[in-house]
Amino acid sequence: MGDPILTTVDWARAQFALTAMYHWIFVPLTLGLSFLIAFFESIYVKTGNEEWKKLTKFWMTLFGINFAIGVATGIILEFQFGTNWSNYSWMVGDIFGAPLAIEGIFAFFLEATFFAVMFFGWHRVSKGFHLFSTWMVAVGSNLSAVWILVANGWMQFPTGMEFNPDTARFEMHNFWEVALSPVAVHKFTHTTSSAFLLASLFVVGISALFLLQERHQKMAKRSMIVAAVFGFLASVFVGFTGDEAAYNVAQRQPMKLAAMEGLYVGQEKAPVVAMGVINAGKKPGDDQPAFYQEIKVPGLLSLLANRDPNSFVPGINDLVFGNAERNIIGAEQRMITGRVALAELAHYKDAKAKGDEEEAAAALSIFNQHKEDLGYGYLNNPAEAAPPVATTFYSFHIMVALGTMFPMIFLLVLYFAFKGTLEYQRWLNLLCFFSIFLGYVAQEAGWVVAEVGRQPWAIQGLLPVGVASTNIAAGNVQTTFFMFLTLFTALLLAEIRIMVKQIKIGPEE
Amino acid sequence: MVIGRSLWKIIAIKLFIMFAVLKLFFFPNYLTTNFNTEHDRAEHVLDNLTRPPSAR
Repeated sequence: MGDPILTTVDWARAQFALTAMYHWIFVPLTLGLSFLIAFFESIYVKTGNEEWKKLTKFWMTLFGINFAIGVATGIILEFQFGTNWSNYSWMVGDIFGAPLAIEGIFAFFLEATFFAVMFFGWHRVSKGFHLFSTWMVAVGSNLSAVWILVANGWMQFPTGMEFNPDTARFEMHNFWEVALSPVAVHKFTHTTSSAFLLASLFVVGISALFLLQERHQKMAKRSMIVAAVFGFLASVFVGFTGDEAAYNVAQRQPMKLAAMEGLYVGQEKAPVVAMGVINAGKKPGDDQPAFYQEIKVPGLLSLLANRDPNSFVPGINDLVFGNAERNIIGAEQRMITGRVALAELAHYKDAKAKGDEEEAAAALSIFNQHKEDLGYGYLNNPAEAAPPVATTFYSFHIMVALGTMFPMIFLLVLYFAFKGTLEYQRWLNLLCFFSIFLGYVAQEAGWVVAEVGRQPWAIQGLLPVGVASTNIAAGNVQTTFFMFLTLFTALLLAEIRIMVKQIKIGPEE
Repeated sequence: MVIGRSLWKIIAIKLFIMFAVLKLFFFPNYLTTNFNTEHDRAEHVLDNLTRPPSAR
């Protein structure tokens, strides 16, 4: 078997994934740690105890390192839109371009102004104003994530817009439908709360390291208690928003849900696979088993997907080939409709060029009747409508397993902290420290579920990634892929090195 | 404030690489660079959208 040939779109996807995943190492810590610092400083202002001020300053330094190294790494994603994803960026550009720019400027000034006060204003402004600035940094950081997550939500569930065949652009006709779509709302709440969880793990983990090293124990225990309470509350909220997000996926992206659970044949009382070894070689419609081994919980998937344990959940085969009995139109049928839409779009374009308004109007009318399946017209075979199942399944299960474990760690920390024996629980402190890494694994796995699970679509059902990308040579994207790999690895190593040095120094005694 | 100086250096080098090297030489906006008017850009994207799957 020869080596697979990677095309431009493969390299463009790899480059975007690499950049986004590195970017997401820095972002969640900024989002969550900003609130934890605000809590620490609030306690300092309330009690007047200087030890809380020292503690706040220590975590603020680590926040500053992460912020400085991570800042602007997301802008590279915008570079890529213009170069590698020009068709996509043209089609959605005038919808998302302006709000993203406004949000960027607003959040930048909010953060930059108060960030300066937070870091350099300890002796220059009042305690109250300094605390206000710290809270504003936390609010500003989190607000800066709103519109990019709304845009991502829209790509998963395009709503509130109309395609204009004259300009080849999606035009917004209902701002609130876009901004408040359930997918966008849950995307924002789930993502930010998971960032709170990660930052709590970070604070708990580094503090646990101090306990293991028998250094700064008082400060470490104080930090752990606040972070464990915040982390536990965030974990519960992550679970709640995750359940809502999965329900939305079931209603609006059933193929993604089927891939998340490796469900090929739809069924009533559909089970959740608690653990399983998936057959990565299985294709839609073949006779191979979906799993080599699995442990199932009957009815749970039906309950999660439809809020009814007896309900029917469609599988990958139903969604690819259709299921007349269940009234499910498969990708096979949608490809026919999509090709009509594509042909009529081309027909409309030619008629307009010829100046034949009557023919153009007729073509547009047929296009409008079939446009909902436009994207399926680009597929070469119906099985292309299914995402990589094994990657989606394992990422989802890793995320859920870790997400279930984290609240238990926070509870154990609180239990032993109130018992007064936290510093003697070596196993728990080691687990807490190692959980920093696991927190990042869960974060990245969550994005893999969201993005790999919606393949082949750049915009769900309307635009596959192969059409969204630019017709440029694969070599160009390949070169910049390795440049980014080098740049981001250097930044990550710099972050780790500077953080480790600062942690070794520890808080001011 | 050794740490502050290190961070400022990292920020400056990073921003220089991103904007003066990557953006300038490796990430031109494809449509802005290759087409002069909005109409031409729309035409190009429509051409890409309406190309039949067999021609991709």
